[in-house]
Order: sequence, then structure tokens, then C-alpha cells
Amino acid sequence: MHPVDAAPSIAVELDGVVKRFGALEALRGIHGRILPGCLTGLVGPDGAGKTTLMRLMAGLMAPTAGHITVAGLDSVRDSTALSDNIGYMPQRFGLYEDLSVLENLRLYAELRGLERRTHRDTFERLLEFTRLGPFTTRLAGKLSGGMKQKLGLACALMATPKVLLLDEPGVGVDPVSRQDLWRMVQALTDDGMAVVWATAYLDEAERCAAVFLLNEGQLKFAGAPSELTNRLKERSFRLLNYRRDRRELLSEVLELTSVSDGVIQGNAIRVVLRLDSQHEAVAAFAAQAGAELQPVTPRFEDAFVDLLGGGPGGISALAQKMAPVTLDGDNVVECRNLTRCFGAFTATDHVSFQVRKGEIFGLLGPNGAGKSTTFKMLCGLLRPTAGEARVVGLDLRVAGSQAKRQLGYMAQKFSLYGLLSVQQNLEFSAGVYGLEGALKRERIKEMVQTFQLGKYLGSAPDELPLGFKQRLALACALMHRPLVLFLDEPTSGVDPITRREFWTHINGLAHKGVTIMVTTHFMDEAEYCDRVALMYRAKLIALDTPDVLKARVTIIGDQEPTMEDAFIHLIQEVDAQDAASSMREAA
Amino acid sequence: MNLRRLIALVRKESLQVIRDPSTFLIAFVLPVILLFLFAYAVSLDIRKVAIGVVLESDGAAAQSLAAAFSGTRYFQVTPARDRREVAGEVIASRLKGYVVIPQDFERRLATNTASALVQVITDGSQPNTAGFVAGYAQGVIAQWLAGQVGQSTPPVIDVRSRFWFNPEIESRRFLVPGAIAIIMTMIGTLLTALVVAREWERGTMEALLSTPARVVEILIGKLLPYFVLGLLATLGSALLAVFVFDVPLRGSWFTLLLLSAVFLVPALGQGLMISALAKNQFIAAQAALFSGFLPAFLLSGFLFEIDSMPTPIRLLTFIVPARHFVASLQTVFLAGDVWAVMLPNMAAMLAIGVVFFALAKAKTRKSLDA
Repeated sequence: MHPVDAAPSIAVELDGVVKRFGALEALRGIHGRILPGCLTGLVGPDGAGKTTLMRLMAGLMAPTAGHITVAGLDSVRDSTALSDNIGYMPQRFGLYEDLSVLENLRLYAELRGLERRTHRDTFERLLEFTRLGPFTTRLAGKLSGGMKQKLGLACALMATPKVLLLDEPGVGVDPVSRQDLWRMVQALTDDGMAVVWATAYLDEAERCAAVFLLNEGQLKFAGAPSELTNRLKERSFRLLNYRRDRRELLSEVLELTSVSDGVIQGNAIRVVLRLDSQHEAVAAFAAQAGAELQPVTPRFEDAFVDLLGGGPGGISALAQKMAPVTLDGDNVVECRNLTRCFGAFTATDHVSFQVRKGEIFGLLGPNGAGKSTTFKMLCGLLRPTAGEARVVGLDLRVAGSQAKRQLGYMAQKFSLYGLLSVQQNLEFSAGVYGLEGALKRERIKEMVQTFQLGKYLGSAPDELPLGFKQRLALACALMHRPLVLFLDEPTSGVDPITRREFWTHINGLAHKGVTIMVTTHFMDEAEYCDRVALMYRAKLIALDTPDVLKARVTIIGDQEPTMEDAFIHLIQEVDAQDAASSMREAA
Repeated sequence: MNLRRLIALVRKESLQVIRDPSTFLIAFVLPVILLFLFAYAVSLDIRKVAIGVVLESDGAAAQSLAAAFSGTRYFQVTPARDRREVAGEVIASRLKGYVVIPQDFERRLATNTASALVQVITDGSQPNTAGFVAGYAQGVIAQWLAGQVGQSTPPVIDVRSRFWFNPEIESRRFLVPGAIAIIMTMIGTLLTALVVAREWERGTMEALLSTPARVVEILIGKLLPYFVLGLLATLGSALLAVFVFDVPLRGSWFTLLLLSAVFLVPALGQGLMISALAKNQFIAAQAALFSGFLPAFLLSGFLFEIDSMPTPIRLLTFIVPARHFVASLQTVFLAGDVWAVMLPNMAAMLAIGVVFFALAKAKTRKSLDA
């Protein structure tokens, strides 16, 4: 028996927590302590067990085995008392969209039994804290993502809980609002509250005081993030200023036995060495490539990959089999003054850019910025209100179906047909793109071989391990050998190893001359792109290489600016300009 | 149970009901449409059915019978001399059948043998109408015969039928009360199933459950507004039935509302049970339609008479709450406050309701774990 610790020095105690759903083991024996006054990150890819652990801590479910003690209360036995001590913000914030801001607040205040005469003061305090004061009568459904998140937080904070549980609060929220949330959480922990922040974004982990790293239901690491990243000290390097193609260089460096992991980061290549290896081999490689080898601060994501045994190799079996793309003309995707209105609302406002052959082009922006609308117009799924879009020189308005044959599309969350087997999914995709007879059989066989899908042909896609699911989705989008590949949020929520494998293929394809278009709100993904277009409020606010965009941020301290910093900086610039121009108008 | 939390939940739910246009549509617009349909479009009465009468004989008796057919208000007669004139019309479905008065009609009548007097041909592709044509035709002939006989000897037995409760035998009078049962099933079962599933879908149930609010409070907080909404919709439908469609209300308004209140117990219970099992609105809607709406339509005795169903199905109707409700509603509208009929029905509805609530409660408790 484990003694129940009621001492305030521990906010949450996890004691051998197991949770099974039928045959699925979502959590496999988690031990750990969460401290008050401390921001604890619950980090891991989708399906790692984060939400399950959150729900267990909130007393919404009972563990199959083990015990959870929250603020000195057992999560099962004292679940009624527990709810008075926790604040829980589920994914999508748990708000009633058809109630106003104030009505939502009042509901939660009543449910939590707050004294009626304290309502006004509490609401005032929370509204000021979340800066929602001017919007009290607005319906929650009409708020922006960032504002919804703040209202959700305010509702969860209603009774000043001892433990605040936030389940993926950063999803679908623009970086500026996320920044705001960090500030608020900081203030809360300073007051002694224990805050648990679940996230699939590994870069968010670095901001936490402590981290629980989950993977496939197992606790891989618990402690300060720096403790984990320090393991990579002296092993993290960056290759700079080389004169060769960086993707080619990356695939070569990943094949070195002393290298465990490597990714493209803007113009540089990040390399992590194996634990007991010497850096001579890499130094020699760098010298040969004419590159500068520079030690760098390790990142949390790299540490995670290292913890899982290193990343995949650098050669894409897929790309090797593809013939190089030959194409006349330089610009594969082109749009000019592309505009789309939905009623009075303009979703995409005069967007223009060109994408060259073999380029990886990123379209970034918070939810609602207009990137999906722009993307859909480029794929021929939506007609522009004004302006034109061309793919491989074909005007989508005139030659829509002809242009569509030249492009491959991989939708969010892979969008495979769950009721069809792997084989049937492949056959369907081949059929849809007009492949027939011997050619169809040959292409399917080729994909099955390349991606080693052989033993899964009869299974349903949902039974596949995530990595294989991703391969299948990629295979379905590529069988007809498209000249342009559209990827919609291709790796958000995916574990870093699967993501690296994915980008190895994408890099290989780009090298063969396939043009890649990516949309994402995931700032890390932008680093893989050659050029990035930032969208904000339907407009294109910046278009450049990741390095140039990052360089525009004034560096404070020795911290390197991230893509997210760059994004926030640019958005703030736009907001300041807007404010200044409206001031002038007012005057 | 905490009254303050309950009031907060009822308030929240009521605000949502008021702001959600689909609730308003189901509770107030749909009833109007349904009532209009059942009152005007669906009619089980036969009046002015188009038939042909083929008069092959020129005798006085034959002429008189043909006149009897023309005289009745149930038929609209197309006279003919040859059956070939009307056969094509029946095939084209312009006539629902025809009656042949044969050449030797007078001889047949005189010999008074068992041989058939006339021939009736009906369009069997519409069995209901065909049955009416055959039945009414026989009625006309029987009446005519009685008249003929009456000239010589007085009848031994004079049969005069009289229809109680619905003397005009207007189908509207029993269809409209039935329609109210359908509407109440929609509001009680479908709406409740949908709103709880919506809380799961939007993730708000999770947030509610993490507060001190209990499951019982959350569920009662949901049911109360829909209970009131259901009674309002009944009242609206009944007003429409009485003042627009001229359906008599022989019982009292109080009894009508009491019956509706009792019926809402199984209807809401069923909705709650569905919502405990289905966590998304699509499945909830399907389940509500199949387990609530269809039985209420087919097995309640509203359209199809229960007495003419095979025994196993007839037994099955006893677990359909709408059956008991339809029987009571027809009683209160057409007969009056006959408690001997309504009390057993109310008891049955309450019993079914209790079963639904017990099942819903058993299933809801571990909902997030399921």
C-alpha cells in the first residue's frame, strides 16, 4: 500500500496507473509526482495516452490499476470532493457556443457553488486576466480561437483550483494568443497553482518547468526538460554554409553510422551524434562538403528521438524509384491576386505567389487565416471569386480536371477509407486517378514493395501502426506520379520518428523535381520548407525563406529565434500598422 | 442533489432551447405541418369514387338499380352500355372499378336463384380502395333489393347502423389525435437524444462532469426544459386540432395535458437511454427514429388497427408507449374523460417510462469510462 500524501508539497501523485480500454492498453503503469507552483508538461504524440491521463486526474474515469491522488484526495474514492479542487479545460475548451461569454461564466460559477455576492468581483478579475472584458455579451461561438481558449481557461479557473488541467490548449490557436496563454499560466503558477499542460507539440515542452514524456502509454521521461536535452550536450551540431544541395547532404549525413538523427532547419542541417560515437567522422564529412560544423544547444524534440533510439535513415526508397520530373517552364504553381469571398467575409484577399519546380513551399497561418481556402483554390476544389490560379501552366478555372490529374493530395489525418482494406484503398486511389490494367497493377505493386505494405494488405487502415498509415496515405497520393503534391497538415500530432521518415520521402521527392505544397499551423514544420508564405487575416503578410524570416526578429539574449517568434513578430507588426492606420482615420 | 446547480443547468438548457432554431422547428413548425398533412392529405374515407356502371339490360328493374348507384354519394358514376367502354378506363386508373348489370338481369331477379345478380370489377392494385368499392357496391345492391322487397312484404329485421364517437366516420378525427402522439414522440425522444449527444460531441459534457455537478443533476437539468416544451407543443397542437380542424374535444383540457405529461415520462426516458448509448448526434437521431418514431407510427394503432395485427405483433404493441397514448388521446378527444380506459393506459406508460429511466441511469453512470 502506498500512503496517501496529503502534504501540500505534492499536487498530484501517480502510483502505478494503468488504464485499459478492452484490449488496448492506453497507460501502462505510470509513476510520478506533479508539484504545486509548477508548470508540468504532459508531452507526447497523438495516441500516447495524454488525454486519458488527464481524464483520470480529473476523476472522470477510474484507473484499471494503480491510484491517483490529487490535492490529497483519491481520484476514485473522493471524486466528488476532487471536483472542487481541480479546474479542467478539455480539448475544444468545453464552452457552450450558443451562450454568451457572461452566461458561460455564470453557469460555471453556479455549478461550482461560488457565493453569489462574489460573482461580480470574480468575473471582473477573470475578465481582466483574460482580457475578455469588452466581449461579455458576445456568444462564445462567435469568438476567435484564441478568445475561446481564454474563456475556457476562465471557466476552469472559476473556483481557484489547486490543480489546473489543460488538455491541448494550444491547438488551433494563433501564436500570439498562445503567447498570451503562457503569460497567464506563468502568473498562475507563481501563485502556487499546479498547472498540467498536455501537448503534442514538443517545442512547447521546453517552456515547462517539468515534463512527463509519454509514448505509447509509457512514461519515457519525467523531470526538467533541460535534464533530457542535456543528454545531447556535445552531441548536437549544425552544418552551415555548404555549397551543395542541403537535402542531398542531409540524406548522406544520415547514412553515417555515427549519426543518430538529423533534420533540415532552414538553411542549416541539425545533426545529433550517437551516444558513444566520436565527432571526427562528421567533422571529416563537413570538411569534405565544405561546410562549417558548429555545436548547438540541443532541442527537446531531438532528445525525444534520441530517447526512442534515433531517427530513420536518410534515403527514401520511394524517391529512388521515381524518374526525375521533366517539365517545361519554371513556375509549377502560380497564383495572381487570388481572392475568395464567402458572403461579406473575405477568406483569401489578393494573394499572389509563384512556386518553382522541386520547391517545398509552406503556407503557414493560424486557424481562420485563410490558408485552407487558398489551398483549396490551388487544388481546384474551390472557385476563386477573383484572380487566377495555375498549376503546371493550366488555368484551374478552364482546365480543372486536366490540372487535377497533375496533382496529388494528402488530406489531414491521412483520410483513408476505414472500411476498405489497404489493398482496396490503393486500388481505389489508382482508379480515381485513371490508372488501369497492367499499369495500375504495376504501380500498386511498386508502392507495396517500396513501403513494405505487403503484410498489411488485408488489414483495415485503422489497424496499422501510425507510420504505416502515413506511408499508405502517401502511396495513395503518389501512384499516379503527380507533378505537384499537396500536403494538408501532414505531420501534426505525429511522433517525431514517423515525422522524420515522412520528410525523408518528401525531401527525396523534391530532389526528383516534384513540387511540394504544405499547409500547417505547426511552426516546426515550416523549417523543412524552402520558402514560407505567412497568412494572417486573409492576407499574405510575408513570403521568404525560413532563415530570412527568422532573421527579422530582434534577438534577445542568446536564444535563437524560432519560426514561432518570427511569426509573432510579423503579426504584431501588421497589427501595429492596422492600429496606426485606424488611428489616422479616426483623426 | 443541489438545487442551485440544477437551476443553473435548467437555465442554461432553456437558453439553448430558445436560441436553437432547430428546436423551435421540431417543437412548433413540424407539428403544424404534420397536422395539416394528416388532416387534409391523408384521408381514409371514401367519397365520390369514380366507377363505371355498365347497363346491358333495358328492363325497368335494371334501370332502377343503375339509378341507385348514381344516387349514392359514395360513387361518381360513368354510365356505359358496353363493358369495353369502361375497361380501358379502369386500366388507365381513371375509374376504380365498374359494375355490370347483365342482359338477363330481370330473369335472374325473377328466378331468385342463388346465381349472381351483377358483376363488380375492381382495381386490385389499390386494395384499400378496391375493398371499399366492392363493399359499397354490395351495400347499394342490398339496399336496393330491400326496397324492391319492401314493396311486397315488410322486412323481418330492419338493421340501422350508427357510429358512436365519430358519427361522420371522419378519419381526421382519429388521425389528428394520433398525430399529436407522433409529435410528442419526436420532441420527447428525438430532441432529448440529440441534445445529450451534442454535449458529448462538443466536449462540453466532459467539462460539466469535471465540475461538482452530478450526472443526475445534468440529466434532470436537460429533461425539465424539454418536458415543458413538450407540454407547450401538445397544447399548441391540440388548439390547432380543435379550432382549426374541428376535431371535438369531449374530455377536458386538464385530462389532455395530464395524459401528455404522463406520456412524456417514457418518451423522455427513451431519449435519455439512447443518448446514454450513442455519443454522436447522427447515431442518436437514427436510433430515435427507429426505436421511437417508427413504432409510434406503425404500432400505435394510429394508422393501422392493432386488432387486425397478428398476435405476436399485437403483443409487441404493448411495450410501445405511443400505443397507450394514442388510445387515451382518441378517448379524450372523441369520447370524454373515460378514466376506466385512461388509467390502465397511464399506468402502462409510467411503467415503460420507469424501465427506460432505470436503464438510462445504469448506462450513464460509467459513461466516460465506456
